[in-house]
Amino acid sequence: MTDSAILASGLRKAYKDKVVLDGIDLEVRAGTIFALLGPNGAGKTTTVNILTTLLKADGGTVRVAGHDAATGAKAVRAAIGVTGQFAAVDELLTGEENLRLMVDLKGFPTNDGKRIVKQLLERFDLVESARKPASTYSGGMRRKLDLAMTLVGNPRIIFLDEPTTGLDPRSRRTMWAIIRELVSEGVTILLTTQYLEEADQLADRIAVLDQGRIVAQGTPDELKRQIPGTHVRLRFATAAQLDAAARILPDSTRDDEALALRVPSDGGTTSLRALLDRLDEYSLSADEFSVHTPDLDDVFLALTGHSTEVAAK
Amino acid sequence: MKSQSIVMLRRNLKHIARNPVSVFNAVLMPVVVMLMFVYMLGDAFSVGVDYVDYATPGLMLLAVCYGLGALAVGVNSDVTKGIINRFKVMDIPRGAVLTGHVIASLLTNLIAVGAIIAVAFLLGFSPSASPLDWLGVIGMVVLLAFAANWITVALGLAAKSPETAGMAAIPLVMLPFFSSAIVPAEKMGPGLRQFAEYQPFTPIIETLRGLLNGTPAAGDVIPALAWCVGIALVGYLWASSSFTKRA
Repeated sequence: MTDSAILASGLRKAYKDKVVLDGIDLEVRAGTIFALLGPNGAGKTTTVNILTTLLKADGGTVRVAGHDAATGAKAVRAAIGVTGQFAAVDELLTGEENLRLMVDLKGFPTNDGKRIVKQLLERFDLVESARKPASTYSGGMRRKLDLAMTLVGNPRIIFLDEPTTGLDPRSRRTMWAIIRELVSEGVTILLTTQYLEEADQLADRIAVLDQGRIVAQGTPDELKRQIPGTHVRLRFATAAQLDAAARILPDSTRDDEALALRVPSDGGTTSLRALLDRLDEYSLSADEFSVHTPDLDDVFLALTGHSTEVAAK
Repeated sequence: MKSQSIVMLRRNLKHIARNPVSVFNAVLMPVVVMLMFVYMLGDAFSVGVDYVDYATPGLMLLAVCYGLGALAVGVNSDVTKGIINRFKVMDIPRGAVLTGHVIASLLTNLIAVGAIIAVAFLLGFSPSASPLDWLGVIGMVVLLAFAANWITVALGLAAKSPETAGMAAIPLVMLPFFSSAIVPAEKMGPGLRQFAEYQPFTPIIETLRGLLNGTPAAGDVIPALAWCVGIALVGYLWASSSFTKRA
């Protein structure tokens, strides 16, 4: 296998006259996590479907695990695992039977199959509900079962399409831990997400997708340097107070209309206390105080000049 | 390929066994309809012979049709929910996915037809078929079920959602009533009578009736076989092309 696990260049796809992908280039190095970040309708799922041979591109080339996706689809499929956006589990079967189905379809001998199923159930903490039908599983459990099914046969390259969308925070953390563990075993992962935090937490590299184009690509740190960082927003009762505060906080940007001040900050308690102490020192008090962490909307605004709402159309 | 078809078949059989509504519709419902027509209403029809002897062949066909709704919903769920992408990425041939559905449904059909024949005997059914005729009956039922299942798979795949897929199979469930299944076609009103005489189920029922009486007639057998082969072929080709398009 070459050093890059996934290599795509100039991917194009259109449905009738609607352009969905307009020249996507990306490279994922083996053993890393690559995040495709973007709002609904940006083209994330289409990209994943093309990379996983489910869809044919109108133009461009794809190489996955060293094989051409157009001419060597079979070899690509043998090397990858895919967990789609909607949990692809068989709801009428139990968790154990779902895994057995995968093991049987991949043609493992009975004894190996039993061992693989048992290990996956234990690893994903699904032993207790192994004999219950998947239709009774919670969203988090369903995603775990889905991912466990994908891991049957140890694929070296895994595609995860919005693996945590719709999950509660706790299940999301569990999913993150599982993803990190996979990469520590040398697996390559391409995931899509709508959450900047998720891409930031997991990915070695992030590509921001907007209306079928990659508008920015880099490490999380490189990207964050391009967007407004975490800041504190202070709203004052009078313009005089706003003036006074702006004088003592030289880094800040003011919004006269809202009588508000935006102060860059890391959001930590130490720096917040320092900020509050400084206001106190000058006997200033703000009506409202909020800490603002950049989200996908900020990234979008900074990189594309429009918000995610527009892009979703 | 073969072993993957068997894995898929096992999956489909589990689905059927786990869905009490589909088992009821496919196996018990035809028996209920049989009891209603033969036991409750049978004396009111004058068809020239014992009514149970007249109605059993048609009810066997009805038993096949009642199982079709679940099949349409099943194949549609597979392509509208995410699982089909998983199968595709795993290189499962589409033949295996669809064949699994068809064979599982066919087995259910045979159980349903078996139940109808058993109940018929309890109600005094007295066929005069030779062992060879019985083989013919089994062959005709399997061929009919095969054809009906493939056209249902195609209808199920053409439907937008599992709900509409269930609706798509309803005409096939209704069609036996407008054939010679319950009363002879010549007793029906004009229009309906011609329809009943020329629709595919009538020669199939007449073939079964002939075989069970020990007097199969080529005039029924040939159109019956032609209809079954034709419907199976159309169903298979339509299903394969929709499957490629949908999934």
